[in-house]
Parts: sequence; structure tokens; C-alpha cells
Amino acid sequence: MSSRAVTTRSEATARPAGTPPGRLDHGVRQRTRRSRVVTSMLAQGEPLMWLTGGGLVLCCVMIVGLLGLVFYEGFRTFWPQPVESFELVDGQTYWGEVSRSEEFSPEPSLLENLDPAAAEAARAEMAEHEGELRRHLVRTGNFDLTSEHFNWVSDYELVDGQPTRPEWAIVIERLSWGRFYGQPVAFLEDGDVVVEGADAVWDRYRAEHPVVRDRYDRMRHLETHAMARLNHRVEQARLERRQAELDHGLDSPEWRAADAAARQVEEETAQQFADLTDEIEALRAENARQAMRLETATGQTAEISLGEIVRAYPANQVSTWDKISLYASRWSEFLTDEPREANSEGGVYPAIFGTVVMTLIMSLLVVPFGVLAALYLREYAKAGTMVSAVRISINNLAGVPSIVFGVFGLGFFSYIIGGAMDQAFFAAKLPSPTYGTGGLLWASLTLALLTLPVVIVATEEALAAVPNSMREGSYACGASKWQTIQRIVLPRAMPGIMTGTILAMARGAGEVAPLMLVGAVKLAPELPIDGIPPFIHPERSFMHLGFHIYDLGFQSQNSEAAKPMVFTTTLLLILIITGLNLAAIWLRTRLRRKFVANQF
Amino acid sequence: MSQQKETSMEQPAMRAEAGGQGHAAAAGKGESRLEAIAAGATIEADIHPELRAEDAVLEIQDFNLWYGDKQALYDIAMPVPRGKVTALIGPSGCGKSTLLRSVNRLNDLIDSVRIEGDMLLNGDSIYGRSVDVIELRRRMGMVFQKSNPFPMSIFENVVYPLRIDGEGNRNVLKEVCERSLKGSALWEEVQDRLGDSALGMSGGQQQRLCIARAIAAEPEVLLMDEPCSALDPIATSKIEELITDLRGEYSILIVTHNMQQASRVSDYTAFMYLGRLIEYGPTAEIFTNPHLKETEDYITGRFG
Repeated sequence: MSSRAVTTRSEATARPAGTPPGRLDHGVRQRTRRSRVVTSMLAQGEPLMWLTGGGLVLCCVMIVGLLGLVFYEGFRTFWPQPVESFELVDGQTYWGEVSRSEEFSPEPSLLENLDPAAAEAARAEMAEHEGELRRHLVRTGNFDLTSEHFNWVSDYELVDGQPTRPEWAIVIERLSWGRFYGQPVAFLEDGDVVVEGADAVWDRYRAEHPVVRDRYDRMRHLETHAMARLNHRVEQARLERRQAELDHGLDSPEWRAADAAARQVEEETAQQFADLTDEIEALRAENARQAMRLETATGQTAEISLGEIVRAYPANQVSTWDKISLYASRWSEFLTDEPREANSEGGVYPAIFGTVVMTLIMSLLVVPFGVLAALYLREYAKAGTMVSAVRISINNLAGVPSIVFGVFGLGFFSYIIGGAMDQAFFAAKLPSPTYGTGGLLWASLTLALLTLPVVIVATEEALAAVPNSMREGSYACGASKWQTIQRIVLPRAMPGIMTGTILAMARGAGEVAPLMLVGAVKLAPELPIDGIPPFIHPERSFMHLGFHIYDLGFQSQNSEAAKPMVFTTTLLLILIITGLNLAAIWLRTRLRRKFVANQF
Repeated sequence: MSQQKETSMEQPAMRAEAGGQGHAAAAGKGESRLEAIAAGATIEADIHPELRAEDAVLEIQDFNLWYGDKQALYDIAMPVPRGKVTALIGPSGCGKSTLLRSVNRLNDLIDSVRIEGDMLLNGDSIYGRSVDVIELRRRMGMVFQKSNPFPMSIFENVVYPLRIDGEGNRNVLKEVCERSLKGSALWEEVQDRLGDSALGMSGGQQQRLCIARAIAAEPEVLLMDEPCSALDPIATSKIEELITDLRGEYSILIVTHNMQQASRVSDYTAFMYLGRLIEYGPTAEIFTNPHLKETEDYITGRFG
């Protein structure tokens, strides 16, 4: 642009050169003088373009950086790492996966306290790397034997200067105690060694483990579903008896009938309970029969029963294809299983479920309310101080810290409304609360309040964008106000309303602080929607991915091991919100196509 | 609009004062009559005798209208003949559109509007206490300056007045749609794509669609507010042809800025100035032999 301006200017000076002298002379001189003036940088606009462009680039870099980090760390977590053996000069040996490595500048006193060989190696390394040493955080597992999950190992401490990769190092993911690293020695059945030698033991394990896992799944199913159903039945009978007592008094005929029914249910279920417990015990005993004996790096042996093993693999032998299938199997466990080991392992299915259900319920609640409020403000209310005040308040509501909404939700929804509902409908269960505590419904309502301003503002803008000529056209056809709104204004504003909904969903799905007060919990034993009537349980507390991230990274005992899971869970949260948004955007595009405006 | 009026009012008012008094007395001389109006005098409109012979579909009776404190219409009294095209002409801000929008009470939507007087549609009061505005608007059709098709299919646009009336019979709707589109000379062009969005049509087509919508419910009066002002000459001539075709079948009241258009399409023409009706008569007479010099001056482009 500036180059064009320059040519124009030079033309302007060139042209009058040929004109005859006289009255024009003055003009010529003036033009020449003006052309000498250097245009200021601001006037050219170039620096401002760079400034604004730079701002945009900065934003893009931050977004890409954030997403890049989360994606890289999140996708990396489940990729199987090799097991390295670190043999130290002090005789200690560690087997484990390197979780991260770093350079550090050692204190001078560190070298003095080392034994001579190591100090020599350290000095050599420092000379080579500008005074820095390298150390690794190794996940050594075997917590039951060593009481440690991780160890720091420095390069100079190594016997050969390099870690080695033992051929038969096996990684075992267990139901409890975290990972185990060791070498298979023997396969046991009922305590007797049946096979020895790493190869043979491993083959035997691979043959037996799937059967064991099937049994385990069956056991889990019995524990969670069948047991829950029985429990529910007994609980129901007890509640009915208690209700009869509350309604008609102790020893009334109704109470006696309910009491008899409850006793009968208890009798019936007692047998079923016993059967179930027996079956579960039998499965557990069967799974405990077989075990693998492993030797750790330090020569200790441990026997791990096959029932305990979730997944095992010889880390240094697996082919790329095996690695991919391990990776896929870990992801599928992550997405479909329940968490174990204080949430730091296993899956996050309940959290995914809770997040999605809560977001959807929240949207269902907030959109109608927000749209109705905006309709009144824009279409019916007469402009004035009152309306302006309301509008300003709504805008301010969007700036209220979310935890405030959480406190309000807890105080108003849970304690006041929920408490009243408990008194009225669930008196039999008192003093343990049904609705009088945090739960899915209250969390959704709280977030609906939180996101209400977003929906109202977006809807108002969309309504304002509907041309008045359309309203007039409709009125002129003899339509009433509501008919005009319903048939002309709302359809036309729908894409804008959807945009508001998308924004509200994005805001609500990622909100954590208020949820901690009104229903999100570390571990929810039951999903809010299940097979037990009435199937939807809005009073239950639930798990939420956002809260799960916080809990994993900062509240678990083994937080170093959980850190990679933080990234993976974050990745999942981003993907879920993106998915929900994409669904809403798809819906909006469909609506917009219907009302495509290509005037003239 | 009121702003415009105010500025245009000031200068003649000052000149009128400079020129002396004698408002009503100067009726014969063009300039001074306009000056008198600008100064606020009441002047009898010149309504040609031919109009008395016509059967009026709409009778405007001493109609006054204020936007807040500003009066926009002064004592308008005029009949609108049945089955004829009546054009309203006059300079910007003279109240033509306001008058037109008062007929179907669209001005009710503006909070500050206050009226006096009444209109009769086929003998029924428009501004009476017990009048159902919605019912009233259903008896009229209106075409706006800028085409305003609704964000729905062509078919739904045309049958909109019936839809809001609760008509659900598909056959009736189809029939009305076809009749209206034929009536607005659009049927040939769109009969194969009735389900398409109306917003995908050209500007001229959109305006004819709006006419089709306006005549779908068989209105007693068809109101047109500068229907061609946003169209190119070809689309304009199509609309004009259409108006000529609709003459006789419908009573049309049309506001236009285009003098040639008024002379081409209308049977009667009313000239308005600063919220007052000045002269009203058969178009041919108004354009060739007006009674008043002001009318002639406006038509020949000497002011306005």
C-alpha cells in the first residue's frame, strides 16, 4: 500500500514539470515541497499493522502451545516405554521406566562426598557438558517391597555409564500397589511350581491370563450389578416400612404389613446374598490359585496371583504392533473402566459420563430460561431505566466468580430446596439426605445459573439482529406478537441462540470450582443413570473430568505417577467439550442453511 | 422523519413572516399557499368532484397524528375508491408513509404515536375502541419499501397469512399459493421450486413474492409503501405491470416518490405536503391540469 502511495506522489511532482510557468508555478512549488515531507510511521499504518498482527500471532502461539503440550503429553502417557536397568556403583540396581530426565548443576559439596570412581565419572561428565550433570526420574514400582514408586538416578552413578535393557524385564499393571517390574521365574498353581524359566512361564501366563480376566470381569459384574440390585430391594423394603411408621405410627396395621413385607424381602434376599457371595468368593479363589513368581532387580522374589494382574508385557521384547495394541488396550481401559488405585489408574468412564450428562442437563435447563428471559427483554419490555438496570445486572452476573455460584447452589438448592424435598418426599431416609446434599440436579442447576447470562446476552443480540421489516411484514399479515416471535423472529434468531448455547456449554463443561460444592465427588460408586428404577437418579453425586484432573494431580498419594494421567484426562476433557461444541455447531449450520440470506 | 420536516419547515416559515400575513387569503398563489402551510395555517384540501362519484373502500376522516409532540398528519380527509389504484405523492417527510401505515395501524407499534380522528374500512371503524387490530390487519395486505420475505420457503411465505389464521388444509393452501403467485406474475418462475428458501430469490422476485403474500388473504385494501424504490428498472417495470393487472380486482393505495410511476399506474393521485393533503383528483387531471399551482410546481419538479 505504501509503495503505491509513493508512486502517486512522484507522479504528482513529475506532471507539473512540463506545464508552462505562470499562475501554476506557485502550485508546482507547493507540491514539490509537500513531497519532501516524510510521512510519519503512524500515518503509513505499517507499524500498527505489525502491532495488531503481532498480537494475533501471540494469541495463536499460546493456543497452539497449550494444545500442543496437552496433546503431546496426553497421547504419550499410554505408549509403552522400555524397562531400563540402572546398575549403580554403590551396588544398588533399579529396574524401571524413565519418566523424565533433566540436567542439573551439582553443588560442589556433592562431588566431595562421592566415592572416588563416581566423582571421577561426574567430573568427566561435567567437563563434557559445561558443568552440568544428567539425572533421570525412574519409575521403579514394586511399592509393596520397596515403599517407593520413583527413584532419581544420575548418569555418573552408573557402573557402565549406560543403562541396559534386560531381555526378560516384565511390566505388570496390578489391581493394587501400582506397577511391578521383575523377571519371571516360575509359574505356580495352588502354591506348587508347575513351570520354570522365563520363556516357559511367560507362555503359560499368556495362555492362562485371558481366562482369569474373564472371571474377574464376571466377578466385577456380580459385585456391582447383582449386589446393587439386591441391596436396592432390601433398602426399598426398609424405606417402605419406615414410611409406614411415619405415616401411620408404629404397630399400625399398615406398618405391620410393611414390616412383614420387609421381613420377607430380607429372608428372600438373605439366601440370594449368600449365593452371590459364594459365587464371588469361588471366582476369587479360582483366580488366586495361579500365580507368577518374579524376581526383582535386587534379587527379591514376589508371587503375584494372576487375578491381581491387569496387564503384563515384556517391555523390551514387544514389537511395534504389540506396542500399538497395548496402547489401544490402555486407552480403551481408560475410556470404559472405572478408576482404581485412588483414581490414579484404571479408567475415567464415570467421569466422562458425569461430565456429559451434567452438561446436557445444564443446557436443557439454561437454554429455555435464557431464551424466554431474552425474549421478554427484547420483544416485550418497554425500554427504560428498569430494563437497562436488569440488562446491566445480567451482564454483571457473568463476571461473578464461579465459586460464588457454588456457594449459592449449596445453600439454596441443596440445603433449602433439597432439604424441603427430603422432608416432604424422602422423610423415611432421614437423617441421611437424598436431595439435601450435592447432586447431579443441583450441579446442573447451579451451572445453568452460571451460564444464564451468556445465553441471555447472545439471544438478545440475535433477536436484535432480526430486521424490524420482518416483524412489520408479519404484523401486516395479521399475525399476533407471539405468532411473529414464534414463526419469524425465533427461527431467524436460532443460529445466534445456538451460538449462545455453544458458549454456555463450553463454559459449563469446563467449570470445576462450583461443582466441588454441589455434587462432584472423587469417587462415585454409582452412575446417575443406571438399570435400577427409576433409571435416572438426579440426586446422586457424580464424577466430573475437571474435578478428576484436580484430584489426580494434586490429591493423590502417588501424584508423580498420576501426573501423566492429568494430561490424558485434560486431553479427554478438551476432546469432549470440542465434541459437544461440534455437535451444536453442526446443528447451527443446519439451521443457518435453512435461512441462508443471499439478498440481491 | 420528523427531523426532516422540522428543517424543511423553518425556512419557508421565516419567508412567510417576511412576506407579511394573509395566509388563507393567498390561496390562489402557489408560493404563498405553501408558505401559509409552513407557518401552520389550516387550508382546505382541493378534492376533485370526480371522487365524490366513486364508491369508497376506505374513508379517512379528519385524521391527525402526532409523534410525541410533533404533529405529522393534519386533518387528512379523503376517500380511497374501490377497485382503483390511488397514489400518494409528495416530498420526503410529508407524511405519505405515515398515512399509509396508519391505515393498518402499524404505527401502533411505535410507543410515542397519538392519533385523532378515524378511518372506515368498508364502513367499519379502524380506530374504534373495540376493534381487534389483528383481525383488522388480516383484511389488508401490505407491501413494504424493501422486500421482506420471511426466512422460510417460498410456499410458506405466500401462505403465511393463512397459516397464522390456523388454516391447515394442504389443498386450500396449495390453491391459494398458486392463485397468489399467478396473481403476482411469479408462478411461471418459481412453480418448480416452491420448497426453496425465499431468501435465495432476486430482489424483484422477492418483492413480487411479498405482493403474492399480501394478496393471499384476499385483502380489501392493498397498501404499497414505495414498492419499487429498491429495485432496478426492469424489476420496477414488472411490478408496475403487475399493479396495472391487479387494478380492478383490488383496491390499491400506493406511496411513491416516482412521479412517472404515479402517472403510469394510478387512477387517482393525492398530493401531500407537510402532513396535509393539498390536492386529490384523477391522475390525468392532477398531472396535466391541476387546480393548484403548488401541485403543478411539484409535479414539474420546481420544488420538493
